[in-house]
Amino acid sequence: MKILTTVKRVTDPDMKVRIQPDQSGIVTEGVEYKMNSFDEYGVEEAITLKEAHGGEVVVVSIGPGAATKELRTAMAMGADRAILVETDADLDSDAVARVLAEVVGREEPDVIIMGKQAVDSDRSQTPQILGSYLNWPQATFAYKVEIEDGWAVVGREVDGGTATKRIKLPGIISADLRLNEPRYASLPGIMKAKRKPLETLTPDDLGVDIAPKVKVLNYEAPEERGAGEMVDDVDDLINRLKDEARVI
Amino acid sequence: MSDIISRKDLDFLLFDCLDVEKLTEHEYFNGHNRETFEAVIDTAIRIAREKFEPHAAKLDHDPPRFDGTQVQIIEEVAEAVDAFVEAGFLRAVFDVEQGGMQLPYSVAQAFMAVFYAANCSTAGYPLLTLAAANLLDTHATEDQKRLFLEPMLEGRFFGTMCLSEPQAGSSLTDITTVAEPIGDGRYKIRGNKMWISGGEHELSENIVHLVLAKIPGGPAGVKGISLFIVPRYRLGESGKSAESNDVELIGLNHKMGFRGTVNTALNFGENDDCVGWLVGEEHYGLRYMFHMMNEARVGVGLGATMLGHAGFQHSLKYARDRRQGRSITDKNPASEPVAIIEHADVRRMLLAQKAATEGALMLGLYCARLIDESVVVEAGGDLESGEETGLLLELLTPIAKAWPSEFCLEANKLAIQVMGGYGYSSEYPVERLYRDNRLNAIHEGTNGIQALDLLGRKVTMKNGAALQALLGRVNATIAEAKERPELVETAKSLEVACGQAASATMALTAAAMEGKVDLFLANASVYLEMLGHVVIAWMWLMQAVVAHDQLAGDVDEEREAFLRGKLQACQYFFRWELPKVKRQSEFLGTLDDTTLSMKAEWF
Repeated sequence: MKILTTVKRVTDPDMKVRIQPDQSGIVTEGVEYKMNSFDEYGVEEAITLKEAHGGEVVVVSIGPGAATKELRTAMAMGADRAILVETDADLDSDAVARVLAEVVGREEPDVIIMGKQAVDSDRSQTPQILGSYLNWPQATFAYKVEIEDGWAVVGREVDGGTATKRIKLPGIISADLRLNEPRYASLPGIMKAKRKPLETLTPDDLGVDIAPKVKVLNYEAPEERGAGEMVDDVDDLINRLKDEARVI
Repeated sequence: MSDIISRKDLDFLLFDCLDVEKLTEHEYFNGHNRETFEAVIDTAIRIAREKFEPHAAKLDHDPPRFDGTQVQIIEEVAEAVDAFVEAGFLRAVFDVEQGGMQLPYSVAQAFMAVFYAANCSTAGYPLLTLAAANLLDTHATEDQKRLFLEPMLEGRFFGTMCLSEPQAGSSLTDITTVAEPIGDGRYKIRGNKMWISGGEHELSENIVHLVLAKIPGGPAGVKGISLFIVPRYRLGESGKSAESNDVELIGLNHKMGFRGTVNTALNFGENDDCVGWLVGEEHYGLRYMFHMMNEARVGVGLGATMLGHAGFQHSLKYARDRRQGRSITDKNPASEPVAIIEHADVRRMLLAQKAATEGALMLGLYCARLIDESVVVEAGGDLESGEETGLLLELLTPIAKAWPSEFCLEANKLAIQVMGGYGYSSEYPVERLYRDNRLNAIHEGTNGIQALDLLGRKVTMKNGAALQALLGRVNATIAEAKERPELVETAKSLEVACGQAASATMALTAAAMEGKVDLFLANASVYLEMLGHVVIAWMWLMQAVVAHDQLAGDVDEEREAFLRGKLQACQYFFRWELPKVKRQSEFLGTLDDTTLSMKAEWF
């Protein structure tokens, strides 16, 4: 079974992100980057499936040259080879999906496993748009995946609970955070990853026009949260939730 | 984990100042590059942050206890240690043929630093095992390695070091544990051991104690001490742990800090049924033990450094956030209070912490790099510095152990002071870090022992060759710094301090040659502090040269702030600390006998 998984290089969510004074973007000076955490669940699931069913895990990233670091990390976890589609541009979800569709056309995987969203832009669009371009079935927000006889049975997180969906492969699965516990890149894994193949392409090589369809007007920081208040007792709490916050 | 370790600083020291990547030019390390080194540190930071740091306070509050049958340790410790082992850290420095990574020791020091900063108590278990494994790797037979070392590297067996006894700690010549030969390289062991960290627990299937004992009829004193492998359980047919080996837990020692690393009193052979296997030859045990002592002592100094470093990071963050008081020149009581970092005295305390911990971290990594250079030489690689490397390491080891355990403890004290009442309360970790760090001046040879080792042994060995080598290297840095106009004054003051240290050394060694050995060594601790200050100033001058050159290039605002901070901390150390060398040197030159002539009954 050939499994394709994706990783995005994102700003470290533990760091405080600052907006540029002209609101045109975020301040990138001194910012640290890491692999999108939802993608870690995707990579882990891809490796687990390969361990169970055999085959190959190909990991793909679209981003700057520095994203080879996240690709090496995925290979240190256990992915077999990597493809970087190198660009310094900030792609919208549609462009990402069109680039991935071309990679999928070349690689012809049996299943694609991706993070359900990236923790920097929080859009949760790419898996769905990719499904549409490929005309493949999709099962998003997976907390459980089983593959048998060319089908994937996927337990999904949905509003108000869970649901199970069965999709015919090839198909797309997007990972939620209960799916597994991502392994650490081990030291022997790091040494092996150094020798695993990493192919670099560009959007041009793939014939994809990455000009954005979404126009970003400006960036704004969310309003700062006010300080909390201690209430005297439960009655006081209920009254204030009713009268001041008006939430009950 | 930017809250307890500065990754930026670690990278600056490892790659910019110590050029660790250069080691990969040698055959032994050529499987690596900067990318693999950084990936190893990334994994360490990740595991430290997710598995070690979160339970540090809980473990301090709820330390190991004996329930009448077993030693109970909160379950997070086992999970953390498992993650450490599974990621391959135990094997990292071992040869590729042993399933290791042949990772340079300097990079290993960097990952150990990360675990120390996150949770020194939990890190104690695997790091003790690693130290014991290193010793067996160097001195054990192939059979012993198969039976004991391999399971240790798999994380199935843990290790301990059993040197001290209730009546003999610093003075190993007085140990009374006995080993009677019973054939096949096996001995019956009988005696009590004290302060044994990791001495009993259920974290591993077996515990491999490395025990110092005397074989009857051997030479008196330290020359009659041998080293034995004494497992908690004897090994059955397949090498699995089987029946008890008559090693009994007498009790747990309850400590001020490092509370999560179980510390025990052990009884070996109460029922005359405790078997040990001799390591190497009879009577050479102490020599084998000391082979690993350099690394262990450098490791203790590094641990002290990282506890200081973590405290610095906490108090720095607090000082930036906490608003209190106003500028001296602001007379308006209605104005907004300023962050306490705006007060000069708070910045003094932060600078003192920065200067001590970042200077000491550079020294810990520098020593590790010397160990790497000797590995290159052993592996047949050619290095100009051959013998000098070994001498320098010998000389720097007592300083690398004792200086951080004094001055990074002082840094922990200042971290508490910056945070005031909050720092003193258990709500924040700085009081725990202080308690943890208090151990480091005591174990692996007290700081008093380190001072005697430095002055009595290392400074005088081979007619002062080690000190000459050190001063040679310091002078090379001084010359380099003098090529930069902004650093000339700084370089000159280190040159002066070196001269002062040298003249104190001459006065002391002259006394030794006149046979006044007690006067020669009476003030050794002052000597260690003096030479330690010279060495840390050297570490800062090396950093200043690199920072200065990087500032001349194209750097962004963030980087510029980092580099200016380096130069300022260097200036702090040179203006506030280095001048103490002059006074210490003059004092040592007087051969003061106040402590010697004091009488016990006068107290």
